[in-house]
Amino acid sequence: MELLVVIVVLVVLAVFVIGIYNGLVGRRNRVDEALAQIEVQLKRRHDLIPNLVNAVKGYMGFEQKVLTDVTQARANAVAAGAQGVAAQAQAENMLTGTLRSLFAVVENYPELKANQNVLELQESLTTTENQISFSRQHYNATVLDYNNGIQTFPNLVFAGMFGFTKRDFFDAEPEAANVPNVDLSLS
Amino acid sequence: MAATFYAQQSANRRNSVILALAVVVLLGILGFAIGYALTGDPVGAVGTTIVALVVGFLMSIGSYFAGDKLVLAASGAKPVDETTAPQLMNVVREMTIAANVPMPRVYLIEDTAPNAFATGRDPKHASVAITTGLLQKLDREELQGVIGHELAHVRNLDIRFTLLVGVMVGSIALLADFFLRFTFWGGGRRSRDRDSGGGGLQAVLFVVAIVLAVVAPIAARLVQLAVSRQREYLADASSVELTRNPAGLERALAKIATDKEVLEVANRATQHLYFTNPIKKFEERSNSMFATHPAIVDRINRLRELTGERPLDPADVAALTDLT
Repeated sequence: MELLVVIVVLVVLAVFVIGIYNGLVGRRNRVDEALAQIEVQLKRRHDLIPNLVNAVKGYMGFEQKVLTDVTQARANAVAAGAQGVAAQAQAENMLTGTLRSLFAVVENYPELKANQNVLELQESLTTTENQISFSRQHYNATVLDYNNGIQTFPNLVFAGMFGFTKRDFFDAEPEAANVPNVDLSLS
Repeated sequence: MAATFYAQQSANRRNSVILALAVVVLLGILGFAIGYALTGDPVGAVGTTIVALVVGFLMSIGSYFAGDKLVLAASGAKPVDETTAPQLMNVVREMTIAANVPMPRVYLIEDTAPNAFATGRDPKHASVAITTGLLQKLDREELQGVIGHELAHVRNLDIRFTLLVGVMVGSIALLADFFLRFTFWGGGRRSRDRDSGGGGLQAVLFVVAIVLAVVAPIAARLVQLAVSRQREYLADASSVELTRNPAGLERALAKIATDKEVLEVANRATQHLYFTNPIKKFEERSNSMFATHPAIVDRINRLRELTGERPLDPADVAALTDLT
């Protein structure tokens, strides 16, 4: 009789622990999937940039600094891909900043703004940029859910045991985190 | 700001369920009243109640699976892809990532009036249609705001709800119409026969049923419109939640409000689907109970409430509502 009670208790405990374990694996997989989604778009951005640089190089003889900044930032971002999410996020934010100044410079060249190839590349980079930022929101939400999952009781008792570790957020650049406040003028 | 979104969402969802239930109850009461008036027998009335509900149900099933194709065909919408409308497809793809919904089918309507709608039975079978005028007149951020609004309808399952409630309203109107015609042509003779037998209560009920048959379709329509207006506010709020850019949607609304083109493919059957009401001189009567959409000025002011901005000045309101 005592043996039966012990077995029942053990089985209930095992089911409980398996439930926690599976739940955590599910959340961790969602984090990995969300990160993979960002990686795809980052890769696409890295591939597009040399094309854009080549397309505008001929027009911008004296603004080489902007182009070398972009190229350098891109190289850093590609290298940072292997250094973990936090370093990667920082390098990508740098790249976003240099791209923004490149687009600002393009505005000063009417021939560039009329160039179909440049326009298409600019649209591709803009959409990739937006997709990155929306994917980042999604990734950060899954990370929050996962981190909460491994840090709350009773999961935290088993999370360490099974090797579930805290994940980093893919941080947005500070100015992009604010909602822009543009005044509506209807004159 | 997040709390405001969630509060608004849950309030809207709850009200929508209540309003949908009201339509079902109305359908049941109408069926029972008609049955009782015609047969003078509660058992027979239960029969017509069941018939009324079954007709409503069957029509719902039909529209659930084919309603979106019908609406798209009626609007003359043509499918587009990455090669024919690259920027539009890019914007839609961005917003699907933000809303976490699958990529919908995207359609263009050849019309210079700027407008858009979404339809379908669920996010996996959704379609978004926009007019060529919208694509030409709005910039990228404004387009994002509008697409965010449409994908919010998709994500919140408004598209399914709109299809189903539209059918419910239609079947109530159909049933009432059927009853009125029946009493006019055939029922008259029968009631005279009964008069000789002397059925006082039935005669009273007969009048009540006629009144219900006249009033119910109007009541159902009012319910549908109230749901529709609520959902527009919610979709605006959700769009801002997705794009994180209230200015884009606000500019889009202002641009569309001051546009004088009239959407030719829209009619009374499809007007409630669109981003803004496509029927002429809408703003003049948009505060009435019969409006499908809230007035654009009210929509802009709600957006400003969400972001803590001051409401529009009277001068801005005048500029937006001047449609001469």
